[in-house]
Amino acid sequence: MRVYFELNGKPQYVEVKPGESLLALLRRLGMKSVKEGCGMGECGTCTVLLEGKPVRSCLTFAPKVQGKRVTTVEGLGSVNDPHPLQRAFVEAGAVQCGFCTPGMILTAYALLEENPDPTPQEVREYLVGNLCRCTGYKKIVDAVLLAAQWKREGQWR
Amino acid sequence: MAVILGRARAVVGQNVPKVDGIPLATGQPKFTLDLDFPGALVGKILYSPHAHAEILAIDTSEAERVPGVACILHYGNVPRVPYTTAGQGWPEPSPYDTVLFDRKVRYVGDRVAAVAAETEEAALEALQKIRVEYRILPAVFTIDEALAPGAPIIHDEPDAQGIYDPQRNIAAAVDIPIGDLARGFAESDVIVEETCEIPYSQHCALEPHCVLAYFDEDGRLVLRTSTQVPFHVRRIVSRVLGIPLSRIRVVKPRIGGGFGSKQEVILEPVAAALALRTGRPVRMALTREEVLVSTRTRHPYRVRVKLGAKRDGTLHALEMEALGNTGAYGAHAGTVLYNVGSKSLPLYNKARHLRFHGKAVYTNLPVAGAYRGYGATQAFFALEVAMDELAEKLGMDPLELRLKNHIREGESSPIFEKLGEGREGKAQIIRSCKLAEALRIGAERIGWYEKRRNPRREGPWAYGVGLACAMQGSGITGIDMAAATLLMNEDGSFRLLVGATDLGTGSDTVLAQIAAEALGVPVEKVLVYSSDTDFTPFDTGAYASSTTYVSGNAVLRAAEEVKRQILEVAAEMLEEPVEGLVLERERVVSRRTGRSVSLAEVGHRATYVANQRQIGATASFACPESPPPFAAFFCEVAVDTETGVVRVERFVVVADCGQPIHPKLAEGQLEGAVVQGIGHALYEELLFSERGSCVNRSFFDYRIPTALDVPEIEAILVPSEEPTGPFGAKSIAEVGINGPLPAISNAIYHAVGVRLTRAPFTPERVLAALKAKGR
Repeated sequence: MRVYFELNGKPQYVEVKPGESLLALLRRLGMKSVKEGCGMGECGTCTVLLEGKPVRSCLTFAPKVQGKRVTTVEGLGSVNDPHPLQRAFVEAGAVQCGFCTPGMILTAYALLEENPDPTPQEVREYLVGNLCRCTGYKKIVDAVLLAAQWKREGQWR
Repeated sequence: MAVILGRARAVVGQNVPKVDGIPLATGQPKFTLDLDFPGALVGKILYSPHAHAEILAIDTSEAERVPGVACILHYGNVPRVPYTTAGQGWPEPSPYDTVLFDRKVRYVGDRVAAVAAETEEAALEALQKIRVEYRILPAVFTIDEALAPGAPIIHDEPDAQGIYDPQRNIAAAVDIPIGDLARGFAESDVIVEETCEIPYSQHCALEPHCVLAYFDEDGRLVLRTSTQVPFHVRRIVSRVLGIPLSRIRVVKPRIGGGFGSKQEVILEPVAAALALRTGRPVRMALTREEVLVSTRTRHPYRVRVKLGAKRDGTLHALEMEALGNTGAYGAHAGTVLYNVGSKSLPLYNKARHLRFHGKAVYTNLPVAGAYRGYGATQAFFALEVAMDELAEKLGMDPLELRLKNHIREGESSPIFEKLGEGREGKAQIIRSCKLAEALRIGAERIGWYEKRRNPRREGPWAYGVGLACAMQGSGITGIDMAAATLLMNEDGSFRLLVGATDLGTGSDTVLAQIAAEALGVPVEKVLVYSSDTDFTPFDTGAYASSTTYVSGNAVLRAAEEVKRQILEVAAEMLEEPVEGLVLERERVVSRRTGRSVSLAEVGHRATYVANQRQIGATASFACPESPPPFAAFFCEVAVDTETGVVRVERFVVVADCGQPIHPKLAEGQLEGAVVQGIGHALYEELLFSERGSCVNRSFFDYRIPTALDVPEIEAILVPSEEPTGPFGAKSIAEVGINGPLPAISNAIYHAVGVRLTRAPFTPERVLAALKAKGR
């Protein structure tokens, strides 16, 4: 079947295979930031934003995005023009291997849309579904709080 | 919060942006499987459902008829070459007890066959249609069962090499006496003895093991793989498949964590064999379940420690007995065993009478391998709990007992010489150690003395504080070698080519900083390219906490030689002798006249103008000693006396890693290691059915810490100056995982008076211990 959706602000009209996950579709479309850490909705590395809300793309059937907006981390910023949230992750030392980073950043983005001034505990609660085995989470929380500060100061987009 | 007391330098010691940070944060396609390879076959593996069985027959005829199936490999159609998956230096210390596919399977999850097909669906269908006839053999699942007389022999194959005693299922053994242990205990005033046990646990790097095997335009085999050891992958694949090393290129792109699990060469020979047989590119990626069931784990260990001390607290006799379970194959069996002693016993060098002995035993459970901490984690659990007991028996503060006994700068331990990497070691003295300061700082941050005196109690919650110390090494003495090539571009920038393997730690950044510091340039002027066996010089790889120290020293040497060449060119330009010139802030300046030339001018001249040459150098560093980093760990726990739940409230880790090259990355190593250690202490354990089948095969069932599980962690660096390290640096990657188990156990004891000696400290175990104590 063919599915129409908006991917990082650009229209997509694509053929979807039966049973194809959103994760597989997005990677097929070149969105390699969407990672498969478990394929069962347990690790959060495949997180993308569907209508601005974080979803597990491995558990989301591709046709579900029909007519909707999907954002991956490629849609936030680029190497030469990173989003402030992406810069905050690097500045705070929140990126080690980087495999959880795209999902973590998208979840944090959704949090800051809902709550631009979260407490450290609120950050931890919101990120609970995104596993990281490298950092111990401390610098990830630092990064989100730093980004929140930048956002409140108007350094955002 | 880091207390940085180190020397101020322009680049080293600065939190420069991680060189791959923005590309990773913006989701660039930098990982193994982010490269699309049109036409690649999908490789899948058939695993044994039995813990121990002989394969009587294997019938692939039906599977071969599945449309899209290109190739099926099994014991009947591949060469039989005994090897080890351990991914270590040469000569390989682990036994050659593995073949690509065997007639016998030795654990649930052992490799039986591999399929390459056009699609994953076809490959999975084919796996289901392979008919295997097994003769089930009796299996052993514990160290005691495996050592019992008459136990089934797991490695009875005649062509295995390097197994200590295959008839008794002993992969490796050690017995090192120093002094006279019996006399030592007889002369001791106080003696304690404790046994602690660590179960099967797993690394759980978020990127599952994966590899892409293909042929380049010249028909050479390329392995793009998620590995910590590209050069060992090249050597091992060459040997197992009988293809010349020069016909193989191994490329490690960014990898999604390793922690030791990707020091194992597991998928690469299989993918290479499928590619060679089909002449097609092959892509393999394990599922999370396959990672949990079939890859590698920490070696479960039972470690018994007996301590004898004089009345004043001076340790006099120390015995450590280590019994390890290496699972079905002996990957790292002997070296982890040796490291149980070699990475722990030197910490308390005051004991004159020592004995370290133990065995690594085969069982029909998953294969244990390298895991961050590598034996030291197992050792320090028992050693530091025993030290806590000794302190109590002596009526001494546990902190004072540590201060009295730990190794100091200028001191040595006979262990360094007696225990190496599965063989004898090399004597060394400690040239840098700030453990005493670490203990003092940590005690202050956690409020040690106050909290020890007045433990809190709130309703059912009892609070306590505990501490532990630990050390590790920096590379493997006499074995590790790293090389670096540094080339100057005509604009005054540099290319740094290193075999070193950044597995997410930030080592590319650290190595760029070392080069930049030596060359007097900002880190942006050093472009790092790493881990490609065609284009980067040799490096043993990222394990044994080696990269900053071993690879870093190679980079420093290369940079010093490049600097010499730069000064030579500048001397021609300034018409002055080299001796009067200094290199600083991207310029070569004459001390006498103040005249200067820029590095861009030097690069341009050497490349295009006069006396043309490539400014550049390759340098090597072979690890002559392995300076240990030290760390002190303090934690506060709350124990619910009604439910047995343990909450870690606060954790302070203070580490001496020499001069931190990148403090934030060093802290990140500590924080990450401590959180893995907290996971081990509180809930991580692979569980098995009575038939030896792993039952917690997902992240739902094998829980690792989430952001909510983690307490407030304070990682503090206490810099020392390691004279043999690059700019004074030592390692930091592993030491942090050695402390949480004993520190948390000791804190639980302080809170509720029961010793938890079997990890993880689950509510059931805590409640059982409380009940046994009558509380």
